[in-house]
Amino acid sequence: MPVRPLSTVPKPVLLLLMLGLCAQLLWHFSHPPERPDAANLPPTPSLPALQVLSLGEPIALSKLLLLYVQSFDDQPGLQAAYHQLDFKRVQNWLALSLQLDPLGRYPLYLASHVYGETGDPVKRRQMYDFVYRQFFADPNRRWEALANAAIMARHRLDDLPLAEQYAQALRERATGAIVPDWAKQMDIFMLADLQEYDQALALLDGLLHSGQITDAAKLRFLQERRAEIAGWAQPH
Amino acid sequence: MLKQIRTIAHYTLLEALRNRLSWLFAVVLLAGIAVSGFLNEMALTEKLEIQLALLGALLRFAAVFLLATFVVTSMVREFNDKGLQLVLALPLPRGVYLFGKLTGFALLAVMPALLFGVLTALLAPPLQSVIWTVSLIIECWIMIAFSVLCVLTFNQVMPALSAVMGFYVLARSVTTLQMIGHQPLADNTASQRIINFMVDSLSALLPHLDNFTRTDWLVYNTGDLHALVLLAGQGAIYLALLSGAALFDIYRKNI
Repeated sequence: MPVRPLSTVPKPVLLLLMLGLCAQLLWHFSHPPERPDAANLPPTPSLPALQVLSLGEPIALSKLLLLYVQSFDDQPGLQAAYHQLDFKRVQNWLALSLQLDPLGRYPLYLASHVYGETGDPVKRRQMYDFVYRQFFADPNRRWEALANAAIMARHRLDDLPLAEQYAQALRERATGAIVPDWAKQMDIFMLADLQEYDQALALLDGLLHSGQITDAAKLRFLQERRAEIAGWAQPH
Repeated sequence: MLKQIRTIAHYTLLEALRNRLSWLFAVVLLAGIAVSGFLNEMALTEKLEIQLALLGALLRFAAVFLLATFVVTSMVREFNDKGLQLVLALPLPRGVYLFGKLTGFALLAVMPALLFGVLTALLAPPLQSVIWTVSLIIECWIMIAFSVLCVLTFNQVMPALSAVMGFYVLARSVTTLQMIGHQPLADNTASQRIINFMVDSLSALLPHLDNFTRTDWLVYNTGDLHALVLLAGQGAIYLALLSGAALFDIYRKNI
């Protein structure tokens, strides 16, 4: 539809339009939206309510929830940023996201790699424990987060028994072909570090004689490690 | 001029009432009572909170949706019936016609807001219900003004209603979008910066409707008059902006 020329618009109308626009911009910049406060992560809504809200798109909603939770941080770029977060609540959000999308790996990645790397050892443990508990629901899909938790428990927390507990769970439950050998065998070396040489040697022998290892280089590596552990075990 | 505005507003309101829109509001009210009561029975704890939260969200959306749909369909019908041409053939400035329609629709919006507000007052503290109701009225006025602008721009029901719903969803979610865009874990790539700029621009231009008619006022008793004053300020500014845009459109319209 053709429009009439601009000159037909009365001057007060143009003035009102310009004033309205300027006032809106001024209002916006004088009332900046509140930044999400790490200490104020809200409690999780109920799963049934979210399932209704998802309108049949639980996976999309699950991903959106994760992005929402991630944004609760008040010191961008610093590892210390998550200190103020209530980790119990974060775990509830991550668990909710996993319930909406059980095949998603992102919640446990966040738990293990992001929140699990905060400086506070108590909070780290909470997160690793969360990963450990969630791992059993789908070990062959969730092994990666637990493997990282085991490594972090070993090297950052210096808690070898905890790391071994995680590694043992990986060895016993993450048995699928997609799980790499290093994750399955991590437990053996954790046991050796714990000076449980007999147990480590028994597991290594079982592995070497099972016929599962066919790659010559891997076989040689494991045999060398076995000899090394056997050497450590000698004086005992 | 005020008399002419009053006359147009009167007939706009009369049309809405004769359309049995009030019956629709009553049906929504009853449906809200039934659904929230049903869910209340199912809840194991926090029964009142659950009932209020669901009722508040349902009534708010229903009020906005029904009013916006009515505004769009009623004005499009008036265009199609050549009613606008008839009115403008009279010695009547276009601005008067527009303000008359806006006033009529604004008066209409008070009806569902009061009706729904009274219902929430049965369950929530009275002051919180008053704040919620006034906020709902302002929110409905903004949506009505935007609906009028969309009808003047698009002239058809489908594009106008789609634009109104898009505006409503964006205005209620732009704060969250902005928050997600600025999270520290986000990539700092050029595309991310462009998207963030667009979201920031939208945030500056849109009213943040997520701050309006909040359910937590009813459920957790957190509303105060200061919040209401701020919303009234934002509402006044945005109504001026939308009225200006609608006036600009109607004066340029070749009728």
